[in-house]
Amino acid sequence: MVLNALRKVLEDVQPDSVAVASGSDGACEGTLACSTCHLIFEEHIFEKLEAVTDEENDMLDLAYGLTDRSRLGCQIYLTKAMDNMTVRVPDAVADARQAVDASKNS
Amino acid sequence: MAPRCWRWWHWSAWRRTRPPPAGSTPIFGGSDEVRDPANARALGKKRRRVQIRVKPGKLQLLPEAAEQGPQICVVGSGPAGFYTTQHLLKHHPRAHVDIYEKQLVPFGLVRFGVAPDHPEVKNVINTFTQTARSDRCAFRGNVVVGRDVAVSELQAAYHAVVLSYGAEDHQALEIPGEELPGVFSARAFVGWYNGLPENRELAPDLSCDTAVILGQGNVALDVARILLTPPGHLEKTDITEAALGVLRQSRVKTVWIVGRRGPLQVAFTIKELREMIQLPGTRPMLDPADFLGLQDRIKELPRQRKRLTELLLRTATEKPGAEEAARQASAARTWGLRFFRSPQQVLPSPNGRRVAGIRLAVTRLEGVGEAARAAPTGDTEDLPCGLVLSSVGYKSRPIDPNVPFDPKLGVIPNMEGRVLGVPGLYCSGWVKRGPTGVIATTMTDSFLTGQMLLQDLKAGLLPSGPRPGYAAIEALLSSRGVQPVSFSDWEKLDAEEVSRGKGAGKPREKLLDPQEMLRLLGR
Repeated sequence: MVLNALRKVLEDVQPDSVAVASGSDGACEGTLACSTCHLIFEEHIFEKLEAVTDEENDMLDLAYGLTDRSRLGCQIYLTKAMDNMTVRVPDAVADARQAVDASKNS
Repeated sequence: MAPRCWRWWHWSAWRRTRPPPAGSTPIFGGSDEVRDPANARALGKKRRRVQIRVKPGKLQLLPEAAEQGPQICVVGSGPAGFYTTQHLLKHHPRAHVDIYEKQLVPFGLVRFGVAPDHPEVKNVINTFTQTARSDRCAFRGNVVVGRDVAVSELQAAYHAVVLSYGAEDHQALEIPGEELPGVFSARAFVGWYNGLPENRELAPDLSCDTAVILGQGNVALDVARILLTPPGHLEKTDITEAALGVLRQSRVKTVWIVGRRGPLQVAFTIKELREMIQLPGTRPMLDPADFLGLQDRIKELPRQRKRLTELLLRTATEKPGAEEAARQASAARTWGLRFFRSPQQVLPSPNGRRVAGIRLAVTRLEGVGEAARAAPTGDTEDLPCGLVLSSVGYKSRPIDPNVPFDPKLGVIPNMEGRVLGVPGLYCSGWVKRGPTGVIATTMTDSFLTGQMLLQDLKAGLLPSGPRPGYAAIEALLSSRGVQPVSFSDWEKLDAEEVSRGKGAGKPREKLLDPQEMLRLLGR
């Protein structure tokens, strides 16, 4: 999976990234029960990824800093075509300060 | 977050646990003094090489090898406690963290709150276990901070204390009839089927045909799902055997999930809604009238709200395809969402001995979106039922008179995790931000608190010099007859639970009786 392959790079470059901090495949270990492995791809890579399912979209809904090139790393497999690609990790530090809780205002 | 609290104690009002020995002069101020950063710079270099203790008539120098890292105490072993600890251990090479927990077992709501049919959400336990097994981390279970040991005693023994004890109370309905048999907090009901020792005698009566759940968050959906799932589907989960037995005998056929606002204000998330819609043996009942005019407003909504509302709207207004229609026609159980209804009174049965219904005030919305408020219209509606579960939010409790607490917001007043007015005291998780959000939200929040703590440590704002840590607390606990439970003790209990579950094909059969657990540990 993309996340595992990138983990070693992320450890050096951005050790505070949520993706790295939360353990293998993210907090839920790749079972589509969280959004901690959220990654942002380049357009030409993103287009060629396998179609996103409702279940993945449901978890992406909750990801901080969602873009229209976002996917969950635990659902993506590395291919040769991804050689030299750049993947962005969203800035997790701002997340807690700006998280909007759906139930907060009732 | 703007600091707000209307009552807090000045730090100088703390009790010291022990006065300094007569004649000794500590190099640095006691636990309740903020070190002068100038001193830190001047003495910092020297401090790295030796520790200096001044005793009457004697100067003791200890070699560098004996220099210990900061001793940190975390109160609470749920996600907030463990993620804060994980951050501290990762970003400070010598920090030692003791995690205190009032239960005999760790993991908080991951063990006692997450539904039995959501085992993947519990995978975080693997990460927590790794953290607990670190040689710079120690789990101290069966210790009730605030009763067995005071927060001020912890502050005297450690360089910093982090409060991560969550929200163990539920928000009450505060309506007449709330005390009738048959009315439970969703919190207690969840604790019951998840094996929380204090809820094991709950004994809910499921012989009625209609249950009403007040509140429209994920906990409300969890409770509805557990009530309506065919019991056979729960047999291979870690739900308690006792709860499974009661659910097998349940006659509950209809569950209403009632909210005081409208479809655009539901607090549950789409994954859980989808699960309800697809629940085997059940059929959803949504009133299309509740969704009039929503189609036009959907396009402007942010993505999460948009997809959720679309799914609700589709379920309420579209005719199901042939296969789904057939599934629904053969469904023996139903669930529905009722909107714009606020609980006013729980109605008793003729003999007054249990709940027979609930009187709901009809509301209308004032304002729009997330901030819309429910206002009464004056009309009411009675809904017959035999079971009422209130799921309108959790609440934290104040832990100790020396820790500030805002009873209105139900949180410890803080700025980015630093407890206001109390240097060296921090908080993370629900007791810091309020009881909402999923595990991932708490994770990011806990990392932030850890970051602030380490920042303060680096800036010389925490007490310096060695601290005894657990060595001091152990003596106190022992003198008070408290028997702490270690992480390897938990691993023995864990192995016992897994072994007991094997015969029934369950991941574990949870131990429910603290006395039995202590006996298994040879106490």
